[in-house]
Amino acid sequence: MSWKELNQAAVVKGGTSKDYIVSGWRVNKPVIDEKKCTNCLICWVYCPEPAILRHEGGKVTIDYDHCKGCGICETECPPKAITMVREP
Amino acid sequence: MLETLRVSALQGDEAVAEAVRQCDVDVVSAYPITPQTIIVEKLAEFVADGKFRGEFIPVESEHSALSAALGASATGARVFTATSSQGLAYLHEMLYNVSGMRLPIVMAVANRALSAPLVLNADHSDMMGSRDSGWIQLYAENVEEIYDRTIQLFKLSEDPRVMLPSAINFEGFILSHDKERVRLFKEEAIQKFLGRPRIKDKLDPSNPLTFGAIATPDTYYEFRMQQNEAMKNALAVFDEVEEEFEKFSGRRYGAVDSYNTDKADTIMVINGSAAGTMRAAARELNATGAKVGVLAVKLYRPFPAEQLLSHLGHASTVITMDRSISPGAPAGPLAEDVRSTLHGGGVDNLVMSVVYGIGGRDLSKEDGKKIFALAKEGKSFGTAPVMYGVKS
Amino acid sequence: MYEQVKGLKDLTTDEPLSPGHRLCPGCGASIVVRQVLLAAPNDVIVANATGCLEVSTALYPYSAWNRPWIHSAFENAAAVASGVDAAFKALAKRGEAKRHPIIVFGGDGGTYDIGFQALSGAMERGHRFLYVCYDNEAYMNTGIQRSGGTPMGAWTTTTQVGSARAGKVEAKKDLMSIVVAHRVPYAATASISHWRDLMTKVRKALSYDGPTFLHVMAPCTRGWRFDSAKTVRMSRLAVETRVFPLYEVEGGVYKITFPVASPKPVEEYLKLQGRYSHLFQPQNAAELETIKKGVEDNYRRLEKLSQLTAQLFTPPAP
Repeated sequence: MSWKELNQAAVVKGGTSKDYIVSGWRVNKPVIDEKKCTNCLICWVYCPEPAILRHEGGKVTIDYDHCKGCGICETECPPKAITMVREP
Repeated sequence: MLETLRVSALQGDEAVAEAVRQCDVDVVSAYPITPQTIIVEKLAEFVADGKFRGEFIPVESEHSALSAALGASATGARVFTATSSQGLAYLHEMLYNVSGMRLPIVMAVANRALSAPLVLNADHSDMMGSRDSGWIQLYAENVEEIYDRTIQLFKLSEDPRVMLPSAINFEGFILSHDKERVRLFKEEAIQKFLGRPRIKDKLDPSNPLTFGAIATPDTYYEFRMQQNEAMKNALAVFDEVEEEFEKFSGRRYGAVDSYNTDKADTIMVINGSAAGTMRAAARELNATGAKVGVLAVKLYRPFPAEQLLSHLGHASTVITMDRSISPGAPAGPLAEDVRSTLHGGGVDNLVMSVVYGIGGRDLSKEDGKKIFALAKEGKSFGTAPVMYGVKS
Repeated sequence: MYEQVKGLKDLTTDEPLSPGHRLCPGCGASIVVRQVLLAAPNDVIVANATGCLEVSTALYPYSAWNRPWIHSAFENAAAVASGVDAAFKALAKRGEAKRHPIIVFGGDGGTYDIGFQALSGAMERGHRFLYVCYDNEAYMNTGIQRSGGTPMGAWTTTTQVGSARAGKVEAKKDLMSIVVAHRVPYAATASISHWRDLMTKVRKALSYDGPTFLHVMAPCTRGWRFDSAKTVRMSRLAVETRVFPLYEVEGGVYKITFPVASPKPVEEYLKLQGRYSHLFQPQNAAELETIKKGVEDNYRRLEKLSQLTAQLFTPPAP
């Protein structure tokens, strides 16, 4: 990109990192068992990315584009509703 | 047209403080260091009397001074700082940060020689050591010029075609402390000239921006190129600013000041306060039949190459005076710039590099005449500067 | 006055951090940042020192920050924040801008060591900001070198384990005591595992018109050598073994906000981290004992300080 096209002084609009996909970083991916999930949002407050999306009424889903597979959600989930599954 | 408030006898430092107060600066962030201390003391007086509307941060170091200035400037506020020698060297890292982040901070530098050994007196080694930092650099010759330049630099730096920080340099003690006549302007005239800063990108929750991201080898060079281009733009914008400044003040200095350069065959190029003394020496020599001239360089970065070429092109000999040493270099910093400009411009005259005034060593009118004589002898060219005035 | 932290569902859905940043999987620092900013108002301005957090979240043209954010150098985050604070104060006086809360993030490197002076100066001058030290106990970004915040006995690349030495010889600098000595209105320690305690402290801190400080442990899966899934657990164990007590100092009054009556053995915390594995060899038994004694002495010191300062000072009104 020419110097004329770059943002002046490398100033960036906030939040653009979401365009960067990090799914390739992980080995295992978290799978939520909706029947066991109590919508407590503990996984959400502990996710480093965050790759856990909040929906109405405390429902959560995984943002698989941005989950790095760290496994914290599985470890911390109180009703053990999340399982880390080996990705093919 | 000349909207003078009053005529005062002010020290260089005092004139800076007065200009900062009148320029409606929002934040001053500075740490005291001789010979700049009077700037911060005067500003503190203004604060205590309720005469300074902005915020004064008495930071705990020069590095923090420019860091706080950086943070303040990123909010879109008008920001000023001041330092000298050791302080400038201490904050050196931040000079590149501020200029790379394209923040229009204005800084006054009361030039002082760098330690070791420690000395409080003037030479230009402090700013010359930072000349590649991407700051616009001006050198003043007298106190009224310091006052005028401080005002002009806010306008120059804040121009969207520039958005580079700038420094007004003046010799410590010689200009920072000596009282000279200054015709101060009415505040309204200055504020009309400057307006309020209108910075586009700033820290604002309604539009969250990220300042200071890291780059990669793929993009860093291009960001520096942007800075380089802005520095080029500054040459033209500088003229515009001086033009507009002249309209309300009646005062104009130019990027260079020439005395007798059109008729001279030997021209001395010099920056800083000694230019006046050298002009006096040249006038006396010319009265006895010599053909010498003096070109004072006021705008140092961006370097006014075209103007130098037009003034020096025909001279057979050019003496360049440097008030700083670069040990091991083939010439002093200004001499290197002059030689490169002339060579790059296809001009083939002889350029003599003379180092003078180191650590506050005085340069008299007689010294000026001796240096012109040295140039006539033709012996003092070559690949090392003449160390004029050192006790051998 | 501050708003009570009710439940996770009441926290803002305006995510402060965007995913897609380059922090390691399981990074403690990003959990610190998320929890702190979720508790803070949405119009906060963030200043950041150079380090893991900064490099990984702001790599042109990507930025993970959904809040105005500024970084310049390693040692000056507190100075930059001072400037932002002063500028908004000046602009607000003219009616050209509003003052917003300012939160500064610095790692242990940028806070204990190279950024120490700037923090001290900023606190002494009384600027209004909350400084959060996310402590991963080494210069992690440059490859796990020791800092003033590295605990005694820990392996780092500059406190290696060999026949002559086994990990860091010096104790961890008592940063909280130094901050408290500046007589700031509020300073506290916090842990991501105890999110409600952390978020309450954030809101408490931001309610003050002055410099406030939060020391938060940020376990580092790479530098401490443990599995990325255990980050929050590691922080919890640090609290439960009294290695990292949760307390606050408000108006000079110490208070342990999460008392640990029956601590788990310190070994339970140490043995999960590769950086301490050498401590379990017989020749390092004395070092292990020194560490354990240090933990106990520190907790007892805090208990005594709580009693003493409650008598000496009047705690501020809630």
